[in-house]
Amino acid sequence: MEFILQNFFNWDIVTQAWPLLLRGFGMTLILMAAVIPVGCIGGLTVALLGQSRFRAVRWMTIIYVDFFRAFPPLVLLIFIYAGLPFAGIDLPAIVSVCLAFLLNSSAYYGEVFRAGIESVGTGQAEAARSTGLSGFQTTTYVVLPQAIRNVLPDLVSNTLEVAKLTSLASVVALPELLYSADMARSVTFNATPIVMAAVLYLVLLWPLVRLLSRIEHGSMSSR
Amino acid sequence: MNAEITQWDRFLASFFDLAVMQKYLPNIVDGFLLTCHLAILIVISGLALGLILAVIRAYEFWLTSWLIVVFADVMRALPPLVFILLLYFGLPGVGLNLSGYAATYVTLTLVLAAFSEEIFRAGILATPKGQWEAARSTGLGFGQSLAYVIMPQAIRMTVPPLTNRTIAIAKNTALGTVVGVGEILNQATTGQSFSGNASPLVLGALAYLILFIPVVIFGRWVETRFAWRRT
Repeated sequence: MEFILQNFFNWDIVTQAWPLLLRGFGMTLILMAAVIPVGCIGGLTVALLGQSRFRAVRWMTIIYVDFFRAFPPLVLLIFIYAGLPFAGIDLPAIVSVCLAFLLNSSAYYGEVFRAGIESVGTGQAEAARSTGLSGFQTTTYVVLPQAIRNVLPDLVSNTLEVAKLTSLASVVALPELLYSADMARSVTFNATPIVMAAVLYLVLLWPLVRLLSRIEHGSMSSR
Repeated sequence: MNAEITQWDRFLASFFDLAVMQKYLPNIVDGFLLTCHLAILIVISGLALGLILAVIRAYEFWLTSWLIVVFADVMRALPPLVFILLLYFGLPGVGLNLSGYAATYVTLTLVLAAFSEEIFRAGILATPKGQWEAARSTGLGFGQSLAYVIMPQAIRMTVPPLTNRTIAIAKNTALGTVVGVGEILNQATTGQSFSGNASPLVLGALAYLILFIPVVIFGRWVETRFAWRRT
């Protein structure tokens, strides 16, 4: 027991590593605040392009979505970070991370929004247009609000995934929570900092998991 | 004009150097096989464990249910990479040496078990109550009703979300590269740093596309097929 406490819950190391981890936690929050809206807006754009009148545009969005869903996010990130310099493009770690997230999560959010838009009957759009609303107004005020409500569980679930994915940024040396924790671990030769990071992630994301469980159970029973 | 050609040549030489590609192709193939093998093991054990947990939870015994909820919540809230690092660097401190492969396998199996338990659970709850009552009234026991009446219906309902989740977790095998598992990404980055050339990365990217494009298309097919059946 003593042994386990020493290795995973060492109080001396907690107090030492705390400032570093707190800074990393701040970076993680900033990262989430940047990549979640970027992914949502990208995904909405992809979904709306997928409804285009032109078959070529619709096909392009399907290829885009399947292409980026086939790449594991870490692979995408490393290829952008390690591969682009060979083409003469040197991006800072944070820009690489944002670019990788834009490409990856816009594909996933795009699929969620597409399912939502398709779940709204065409009669809704037709009725809206016939009352004199423009195409843009129809989409913003009639179709999207219903679409988003219909796919709310998937939207929350995807956002949880994106939030967790920010931990990948540690691989390209962006000093977020996991990177700071792993640095503290390698200096102290003790796993306590990683346990601390795990606790911080739990505090932040557990409410989202609970919320997801509630709305998911509701949605399958109502089918 | 001349400058353009040399730039194009430089681009080809950094990303599509055939000699480099030929040299590292066997490594990428090794990585490809390891990724397949690891992903298949994770999918089988993760889904089996998830199903077992969902069945245990259906008995509604407070202690086991509570433990399963805590397990599922923690594994769903933690980024998998955090758990992999915890196992890989933490367990040796208490005398348990886990290889990178084992740490990745255990982590992703538990994550898939947590997500699939929740999905199976939702399927069980969504099966109409009358099904239970009818099964019990014909003289089937609780376990028999669950096994022969409820689960077959619940599993069918859960196929689309389960497929998508399984694909997403299979792709996470790439995380193994962080703890030195020689899967595709690891082979590709190793090749890139040895050769000082991006061609192994391109090969790795191709390997992922070859592996996962059919899987993604299969997922799409499952989704439409089961959606069509439901109406």
